[in-house]
Amino acid sequence: MRRGIAASALVAALAVSMAACSSSGSGSDAKGDGGPVTITYWDTSNATNEAPNYQELVKKFEAANPNVKVNFVNVPFDTAQNKLQTAMGAKGAPDVFRAEVGWTSAFAKAGYLEPLDGTPALADASVFQPSLIKQATYSGKVYGVPLVTDTLALMYNKDLFAKAGITAAPTTWDELKADAAQLKEKAGVDGFWLKAGDGYYAMPFLYGEGTNMVDAAGKKITVNSAEAVKAVDTYKSMFTSPGTAKADVTTDAYAHMMDAFNNGKVAAIIQGPWEVTNIYKGTAFADKKNLGIAAVPNGSTGKGGAPTGGHNVSVYAGSDAAHKAAAEKLAAFLTSAESQTFLALKNGTLPTRTDAYTDEVKANPGIADFQAILTSAQPRPELPEYASLFGSFGTNLGKIVQDQSDTKAGLDATATDYAKLLPDFTK
Amino acid sequence: MAVAVAQRIRLSYSKYWYAYAMIAPVVIVLGVLVGYPLVRGIYLTLTNATSLNVGRQIGVNHIPDSFDFIGLDNYADVLWGPTAYDRFWSHFIWTVAWTAICVVLHYGIGLGLALLLNRKMRGRGLYRLVLILPWAVPTFVTVFSWRLMLADGGAVNGLLSFLHLPEPAWLSDPLAQKAAAILVNTWVGVPFMMISLLGGLQSIPQELYEAAEMDGAGPWQRFRHVTLPGLRTVSSTVVLLGVIWTFNQFAVIFLLFGSGAPDAQILVTWAYRLGFGQQPSDYAQSATYGILLLSILIVFTTFYRRWLARNEKANG
Repeated sequence: MRRGIAASALVAALAVSMAACSSSGSGSDAKGDGGPVTITYWDTSNATNEAPNYQELVKKFEAANPNVKVNFVNVPFDTAQNKLQTAMGAKGAPDVFRAEVGWTSAFAKAGYLEPLDGTPALADASVFQPSLIKQATYSGKVYGVPLVTDTLALMYNKDLFAKAGITAAPTTWDELKADAAQLKEKAGVDGFWLKAGDGYYAMPFLYGEGTNMVDAAGKKITVNSAEAVKAVDTYKSMFTSPGTAKADVTTDAYAHMMDAFNNGKVAAIIQGPWEVTNIYKGTAFADKKNLGIAAVPNGSTGKGGAPTGGHNVSVYAGSDAAHKAAAEKLAAFLTSAESQTFLALKNGTLPTRTDAYTDEVKANPGIADFQAILTSAQPRPELPEYASLFGSFGTNLGKIVQDQSDTKAGLDATATDYAKLLPDFTK
Repeated sequence: MAVAVAQRIRLSYSKYWYAYAMIAPVVIVLGVLVGYPLVRGIYLTLTNATSLNVGRQIGVNHIPDSFDFIGLDNYADVLWGPTAYDRFWSHFIWTVAWTAICVVLHYGIGLGLALLLNRKMRGRGLYRLVLILPWAVPTFVTVFSWRLMLADGGAVNGLLSFLHLPEPAWLSDPLAQKAAAILVNTWVGVPFMMISLLGGLQSIPQELYEAAEMDGAGPWQRFRHVTLPGLRTVSSTVVLLGVIWTFNQFAVIFLLFGSGAPDAQILVTWAYRLGFGQQPSDYAQSATYGILLLSILIVFTTFYRRWLARNEKANG
């Protein structure tokens, strides 16, 4: 145990020293105008298959701008929000970084982000999808340049569906359950695997009942409304009905789900485009055409929807003018049509601007299918606390699918947590 | 009176100045590393500080603190606010149970192994080395290995299915999670107990055993009346350390379950989640948990030492 303490202290010390190495922050290496400036860029993309391509873009930027050096740091996505939060409030913050769309309004509210309206970063504002610009807006100012966008879709294995005699993707949750049972019976694999105890992956169920975790406009907590209870009951049945994988709430659940899908052990999952490149590497998808991508099924309202995700490039408000100018240049470069096309072809992510959808990009089957679904993606409300709402929701969903609390009680507990986060909302 | 006190201080200073000089560095370091954070932590528990309202320096702009002093509200909220059972008491009960079960297992298995290793036998050094390994391997390596073995398709359930026994979902079912956590922590904690108790055993003079045997004491009686009293000082120390360490055993729980498993979180990991594992971070609540943990341990230690002292008297 002593040993453990020493080891963790060592790890902590290493982490601190690494952070110290990677923090240029707002150094004073700017030599007036035109001198070389070194800016730090925090990349939050997947380190193995996405980051190298971002690094390549940064190299291109350096070649085009000889007086700007970029210190490229890849920060694991799952810890990035806390690392940014800590660094921006103290020392060692990056000058420019890739941030999940859900973080933008919270960071803007805390005063960490530079408004980008009228700066070189947003020179092409008019060609971006308006809903994405709106999503990066807080109190009337834009705080991030949309870099990639995504939404959740139903991804399925066409071979397995054909083997079970299913010709079209299911359009309602009930159909999906019927298909899952048929897949189990005729193709001998689990029909559907849903990531359990994760609020983000439960959103399509809420949208399918025409509700959300909160009603931001009406300042009301709706996570325990009758519609939400109905949605979560449907969600829960996705783990118990025949042919569906049982709820996996372990830390490695995500990896388990993707392994099973990529190797043809499960026929359908709910997933976003960021995994498409990985899926193509799986044994079941050696032929890329085998991957079917359809809109998430509809709920009882006959409508469906999935959250709009993706990432923006934001600039830190605490850097000095020279660093900010260089950071804005990099933000403009990373989100330019050329860069976005490059990322789309390399990473399979969806561009955020219309002029980046070249014929070559549209020829990529994953991107074309997703572009069709994007129309039903639901934008997030402009609510700084919105990203914080997933935590308690996910925790209680985990309890609900494991039968530790009934649906209403679990959602009531979430509503109680929300009331703390959002004191001016009514329950 | 005051003059006398001042004189006494001056006297002790002139007499023992070198002693003060010797401990000064330690006092300063402890003050900076322990004292200040502790005082600051206690202060935070009396406010409603979160990551949104504490002061921060953004480049050249300074945003001042905007949190308020709210007295003991945090304590009231944690101990008997709405959903206090789910947030505090359920974790408190589990933490106490976890500590008791783990320490009993650590001590019991550690003592058994120490008695085995205390015999003269061939390859004793090798056995000792093998048994120390779990302690020598970095904790995260151990825990991640267990995580792979305990997974649904892992080695543990493979063995159980081979024996036609039920296969619990070690990492997701609430009860099985707790069992898994205790199992892994026992694995990690036994070697320390074993080594300490082995040291204690080797310091018991052999003559005592010989004398006991002459008086016709059987093996159980020898163990009961020679070994256990001989180990008393070592035992009391390692059990106290074991309780404190297990109570605050962050690594095993955190690495085994990550941020899932709300029911298997002990108070320390739960406090971490409030302070660092969510947005906005609730510094005040997290600090409140920290202070409550510290209070629980202080109360426990006080009673434990009293109980020891009474035992010493009774047996002395």
